[in-house]
Amino acid sequence: MNIIVPVKLVPDLVEELTVDAGGTALDTAWLRLIINEFDDHAIEQAILLKERTGAHVTVVSTNFEGIDDLLYTAAAKGADRLIKLNGDFESGINNHALARALATIIRDLKPDLILTGVQAHNDLDGSIGPLLAEYLGMPYIGYVSGANVSGEKVIVRKEYPAGLIGEMQAILPVLLGIQAAEQPPRYVAISKVRLMMKTMNIEEMDLGALDSTGAPIVNRMFQPEAAERAMMLSENADEAASQLVTIFKELGTL
Amino acid sequence: MVITEITHTPSFSEIFLTSLYKGENGERFRTCLQCGSCSGVCPFGYLMDYPPGRMIAGLRADEFDLVMDTDTVWMCVSCYACAQICPSKIPITAGLMTRTKEELLLAGNVPSELQSALENSQRYGNPMGESPRKRADWTIGIQPQVTILGKDRHPVDILWFVGDYPSYHPRVQAVAKSLAKILNVLGIDFGILGPEENSDGDTQRLAGERGLFEMLAEKNGRTFSKYQFNKIITSDPHAFNALKNEYPALGISYPVQHYTQFLAEYLNQLKPMLIKELSANVTYHDPCYLGRVNGVFDEPRMLLEAIPGLKLVEMAHNHASSLCCGGGGGGMWLDGFQWEKAHVRLSEWRVHEAVAAGANVLAVACPYEPPRFEDAIKMTQQAGQLVVKDIVELLAEALG
Repeated sequence: MNIIVPVKLVPDLVEELTVDAGGTALDTAWLRLIINEFDDHAIEQAILLKERTGAHVTVVSTNFEGIDDLLYTAAAKGADRLIKLNGDFESGINNHALARALATIIRDLKPDLILTGVQAHNDLDGSIGPLLAEYLGMPYIGYVSGANVSGEKVIVRKEYPAGLIGEMQAILPVLLGIQAAEQPPRYVAISKVRLMMKTMNIEEMDLGALDSTGAPIVNRMFQPEAAERAMMLSENADEAASQLVTIFKELGTL
Repeated sequence: MVITEITHTPSFSEIFLTSLYKGENGERFRTCLQCGSCSGVCPFGYLMDYPPGRMIAGLRADEFDLVMDTDTVWMCVSCYACAQICPSKIPITAGLMTRTKEELLLAGNVPSELQSALENSQRYGNPMGESPRKRADWTIGIQPQVTILGKDRHPVDILWFVGDYPSYHPRVQAVAKSLAKILNVLGIDFGILGPEENSDGDTQRLAGERGLFEMLAEKNGRTFSKYQFNKIITSDPHAFNALKNEYPALGISYPVQHYTQFLAEYLNQLKPMLIKELSANVTYHDPCYLGRVNGVFDEPRMLLEAIPGLKLVEMAHNHASSLCCGGGGGGMWLDGFQWEKAHVRLSEWRVHEAVAAGANVLAVACPYEPPRFEDAIKMTQQAGQLVVKDIVELLAEALG
């Protein structure tokens, strides 16, 4: 079974985010990137499937700063093939463009199963999973928190609101949006990651020309702005009570 | 007669024991008498499936896989009590306990609390997952300004390795500010690394993450080599231990002192400045990695006794027999795990001793301790009046 895990790097919220001078995007000068948490779960779920039923796991991501560490860590967990994608990301890259470009590359990798994070906190134009499934002409199941493959079929656990879990079956190939792996992403010792740096090869591929049509255009990006502020009443109970009476009278409720 | 060689695949116990023999003083593992002193003195030995003595017995009986199936080695706080009491001087903490944690970690058997501290250390250079860029934010407002070597590129006499908790933990930042104040009144020419400083990595090493320790040490080593200074002082006994005993093997070698040693050398100059009387019974908690491991017992007490009005009283466990606060060896990041196993905290035990000694102030010299002991006081009856202060906070108060 050939499992492909496309993962994204997203802004690390440990650092404060600032908007660039253009006012429509994040300032990348101080931006620090981290693996999208849900993608980390997608890698874990892929490794769990590999351990359970045997599989060849390929992790693929765009070439941003920190990508090598991410890929070598995935290899230390058990990924078999690492691919980083080069392209012109200068003007930013939205999920429509990324999904189109990924579809071309992933089609050639002949996947039986694609696992990716169900969402990312920087998804401005929809999550990557359904877009990628659409461009690949593949079925998509999102909010998945567990999967088992037997033969040509995959049985997945899908989360619904109100604590409901649905179990559904699909014929491979299929794309799953991972909400959570069956266990938290595992820890790998740094020594193992360092070993991968010496022994594993990261393949590089070209994303090609990016087509970002279909996504909304950002007019303005800004920090949350304070609206009308709350009025603080006196700490003295009697004064606060008379203040309240006055306010209620003004509002016509008394 | 045909003679054939009997092939023997070494078991995990044999491989592991052989690796222990190869460590520093590792041959001493052969001399274990099975006296059980280590298991008895271990503050959590009573609830380990395999306390240290039984671990060695398990190795000899070729049953170490049974030890590996338990998670009780994560109760080890690397306090060195076992190694210190051992009549055969077996390196139990540095060898057996740390190597066992390393094997568990390589097998992926890591309690999740510890996992996040290790991941944070790798990614951000501190176990709390704080922004590295904010590492020197605690210095804002201090006058005269604290020199950050990356910004003010001039040589300094003293490089102060501040450490994780004094840099980020709100309670321990107060300790860092007090030390800055003392260094300033003494007119010391000092600087800090600020955002370029990484965790010393010693506790991560003792929690089994040798590779992470080496990575952090190499980063710190590269930063040290960029600047000119004569000596390093540390707020943290763990950083002191790492720089003194572990970094040199990685080719990172500088003269280093814990701040208590450094200030003790300035005692003649400092003493006349300590004018404010502090009428209190103060007891001093010897941190494991200052006292038991590195033999620094006198300087902290000399500093305390220089404060006018202060009366030093000793707890039942003092000097080399001091009790661990529970934060070492990864314990700092295993609070939930250890509570589930033990339903008791080592810090509470220590607070009971401080109360029994009639102390009003529990003086400390390790950044793990103020938050640990202050939390313990909240959980301990009759400890309501006890105050936790780092030695340097008491000195700063006595300046008036």
